[in-house]
Amino acid sequence: MATETIERKTLGKVRPHQTQNEGLVFEKSSPGKKAYKLPPLDVPAVDVASALGAAHRQEPAALPELSEIEIIRHFTRLSTWNYAIDLGMYPLGSCTMKYNPRVNEFVARIEGLAEAHPYRPEAQAQGILEVIDLLQKCLIEITGMDTITLQPAAGAHGEFTGILLARAWHESQGNPRKKILIPDSAHGTNPATAAICGYQVENLKSNAEGGIDLEALERQVDEETAALMLTNPSTIGVFESQIHRIADILHAKGALLYMDGANMNALVGKARPGDFGVDVMHLNLHKTFSTPHGGGGPGSGPVACKKFLEPFLPTPVLYTKEDGTKHWDYNRPQSVGRVRAFYGNTGMFIRALAYILANGPDGLRQTTEDAVLNANYVRKKLEDLYELPYKTPSMHEVVFSDKRQAAKGIKTGDIAKRLIDYGFHPYTVSFPLIVPGALMIEPTESESREELDLFIDAMRSIAKEVEESPELVKSAPHSTRVSRLDEVTAARKPVLRWRA
Amino acid sequence: MRYLPKSDAERAAMLAEIGARSINDLFSVIPEEYRVRRDLDVPRQQAESEIISYFKAAGQKNATDYASFLGAGAYRHYRPVIIDSLVQRGEFLTSYTPYQAEITQGTLQAIFEFQTMIAELTGMDVANASMYDGSTGAAEAVLMAMRVTGRQKAVIARTVHPEYREVIATYLKHRDLPTSEVGYLSATGRVDLEALEAVVTDETACVLIQSPNFFGVIEDIPAIAEIAHKKGALLAVSIAEAVSLGVVRPPVEADIVSMEAQSFGVALSYGGPFCGVIAAKEQYLRQMPGRLAGQTVDADGNRGFVLTLSTREQHIRREKATSNICTNQALVALMATIFLTVYGKEGMRELAEQNLAKAHYASKTFSSMSGVTQLFTESPRFHEFVLQTDEAPAMWQKRLLEEKIVGGVELCRWYPELENATLWCATEVMPREVMDAAAKVLAAGLVEA
Amino acid sequence: MAYPTNYRYTKEHEWIVLDGKIGTIGITDYAQNSLGDIVYVDAPKVGDGVTANQTFGSVESVKAVSDLFSPVTGTVTEVNETLKNEPDKINAAPHETWIIKVELSDPAEWDGLLEAAAYEAFIAEETGS
Repeated sequence: MATETIERKTLGKVRPHQTQNEGLVFEKSSPGKKAYKLPPLDVPAVDVASALGAAHRQEPAALPELSEIEIIRHFTRLSTWNYAIDLGMYPLGSCTMKYNPRVNEFVARIEGLAEAHPYRPEAQAQGILEVIDLLQKCLIEITGMDTITLQPAAGAHGEFTGILLARAWHESQGNPRKKILIPDSAHGTNPATAAICGYQVENLKSNAEGGIDLEALERQVDEETAALMLTNPSTIGVFESQIHRIADILHAKGALLYMDGANMNALVGKARPGDFGVDVMHLNLHKTFSTPHGGGGPGSGPVACKKFLEPFLPTPVLYTKEDGTKHWDYNRPQSVGRVRAFYGNTGMFIRALAYILANGPDGLRQTTEDAVLNANYVRKKLEDLYELPYKTPSMHEVVFSDKRQAAKGIKTGDIAKRLIDYGFHPYTVSFPLIVPGALMIEPTESESREELDLFIDAMRSIAKEVEESPELVKSAPHSTRVSRLDEVTAARKPVLRWRA
Repeated sequence: MRYLPKSDAERAAMLAEIGARSINDLFSVIPEEYRVRRDLDVPRQQAESEIISYFKAAGQKNATDYASFLGAGAYRHYRPVIIDSLVQRGEFLTSYTPYQAEITQGTLQAIFEFQTMIAELTGMDVANASMYDGSTGAAEAVLMAMRVTGRQKAVIARTVHPEYREVIATYLKHRDLPTSEVGYLSATGRVDLEALEAVVTDETACVLIQSPNFFGVIEDIPAIAEIAHKKGALLAVSIAEAVSLGVVRPPVEADIVSMEAQSFGVALSYGGPFCGVIAAKEQYLRQMPGRLAGQTVDADGNRGFVLTLSTREQHIRREKATSNICTNQALVALMATIFLTVYGKEGMRELAEQNLAKAHYASKTFSSMSGVTQLFTESPRFHEFVLQTDEAPAMWQKRLLEEKIVGGVELCRWYPELENATLWCATEVMPREVMDAAAKVLAAGLVEA
Repeated sequence: MAYPTNYRYTKEHEWIVLDGKIGTIGITDYAQNSLGDIVYVDAPKVGDGVTANQTFGSVESVKAVSDLFSPVTGTVTEVNETLKNEPDKINAAPHETWIIKVELSDPAEWDGLLEAAAYEAFIAEETGS
């Protein structure tokens, strides 16, 4: 038998390890295998064909048939093909990939909470209503706003709700107005939201520091401007130090200041949007408040606002009677209406509250400070090798550009893929759009100095590779189960389901 | 703080390397007057044991030991244990949206499997990676139909879940998109086909119905499809009880299906997070909202999966996107995928048949009591049914609660014409003894009255 | 790649060639090159009206969408159906692969369009080369 010498090389914090092949669940199926057992029926069986008539399903859906051990192995094997916060630093800018505490998961599964039906009588739901009430109070205090709705299911859904509040208020003043101003550095959800709320989007060019250009703002705000959607700190991780002027300019023309709270992890316990002129904002419980991203959801996007917007909040609104009991108020004649069935992603409320309780006021402040410290540390250690397009002080994230590496033909996307070989999830690639070839790095507070140093070493090593062996970077990743995937064919000839 | 991996000495050392004197140097860009100089007024930092005690107490206050006949868009089914074992693996739980395909093949393949299962169940060609929930999914289905047809009016059945209809109204009214409602026949609880025929015009983008509808009645989908298609309108079908598809014929005549998949192994959690999903005929793919996972190959020819057709989405098309939706409900969709794998082809049928049998027994037992009438008996149903009682529901609800049973939902809050009517649900987890006990309570009150 | 001199061009990177009253429209080599691998073409239907300087469809790559702007006003007489399955033809031969044909309602619009040399000068300026 021929023997080969196998190189077991460590790169950064990783070395290649065994991953198991696994087909699609459908390919593992064979008829007659079962992973379930229903208890015997304690009532008479029904003749389904006669009960349903024409509505009876003739052909069962072609679902897979497997035993329990095979299902466990299938999904466990799939899971090992994922990178995760639990495996290491996940510096995706704008996404706030912080530690997801396990006690959150534990308490969300407590029977009395997890099994509560949304239509159970309010008298039987006082426990969960108290949880919701306490979370609302905490979030109002953290944001410095006056009132809140937890109904929106995610950040973009929160934006939708917040802009509808602004619209309803303008309508009550006699004119819904026509346009929303959005900086060119904004998340794509902002313009998409404005459009689905029936507004025209007017682009606001950033100034030389990547912030709001006050003169341009003054020129563009008029009596048809409903609101400015502002991310603060901005998507380049910079606090709008002129925030009070921005609010004043808008308010002078009767326009509102909407804040995208995606970057609240830079502010909690240090500054409150309600204090610096924001009228309405959304939070992302899955970013700032540690509820898990779960591979892309579920999220939760509460909307906090000032008193004058309260009449317009989605129905129902939680209130407390004099006897201390909590109830839903459905009689809200000025409400924008419901944005979701029931009351929101309650399971996420439980987790977010558990996070706030675990931190307390001192922990929340320390969390923010550590998040900002980590970003500035990374900035300091990499700014000699990577171009820093905006020199303004960074808050919780730092944005570099690939300018120097692009000169060698290596783009931000290539550096990102090479980072995978060193055992890290890539940063956010090519966003914000105002930075050509952006590398957007948000370490969060959850990284130790050791992990940060490994990340910095990896980035420095890649910068060197760009000079010495660019091909290595260009064809990365080399250590993953699959190499670069053909996205062009996937889009040209979409295969979106398995077929027998 | 136990989640923060740094000592004070390390913090000081890092600050020194940055060249900052104190942490507040890094916050100096925030104007002085806006800096918080006090502790936030939130509860003090708590030990893990205290947090657990707090939530356990809240759970107990919620009254856990009640049997319930509640359904109406949120259903209690048995949740196999392996669902929670698997979704709590950190690699699924703490991973982000799979934009970096090489290191998220697990999530991507699971989504691809989910899309396949949903397409199989609904009889559609393609399904997306999930939506927030059934209500927002229904609204997105209507908007999608408007993009496909270039028409701006929607006809919505009154038998669609009332809260779904409220959400649709919110999505449409701010854009001046008109909707009209079509009623139901009082004998059948089904969409009034004559009224539908009268209201659908050449300007109708779609007819949205729900089946099984809010009363638990299965709609005549082929007939409704014919009426919609005759005028060039699409048929969008909302499904709030996904388990029904184990025995109920899928809405193959529909153009778009919007489904709530909560029944597939997702806890009730007081109404969320749930799992919506949109499925459709292939020709409407480009107008579909939300994420899609697609199959492809890597540079070495291995099969792999990527998020695809993303030019429809907000991060690329911005204000011209098909929707502003960004997140899906990936982890909840994973729960549904595992649930469907556990039950499989045979199990889904068997499970659905048990639900049918339980509900038939419950409706028969209740309606045999004097003073209790079952409505809409002419139509096929799944596991929900409507009872009308001589007595006001508040009266017997109170007696049932004393027996630790929660009865059906009152309908008059949404359907004023249905006085003293309540919507009941019996799934596979409803024991016969509880149904018998509830019937006795209903009857007992009637004797007293 | 050479820009045919019998074609006219727009600053939005479409080309048009005229045969009587029928204009044939596609996108330039510069456009396909900056977009990358084209995966989808969204074109209007036969009989639809198009207006000069207004969008009439879009071309998509994996991560970008580019609106198509009509060089002229008129009515669509033909749509290149082969692009449904082979959008990559645009990448392979941008100046031979047309997207739509239009009957011009105002043939004088032709005169306002860029000639090859002017277009090449324009893209040279765009790229700063």
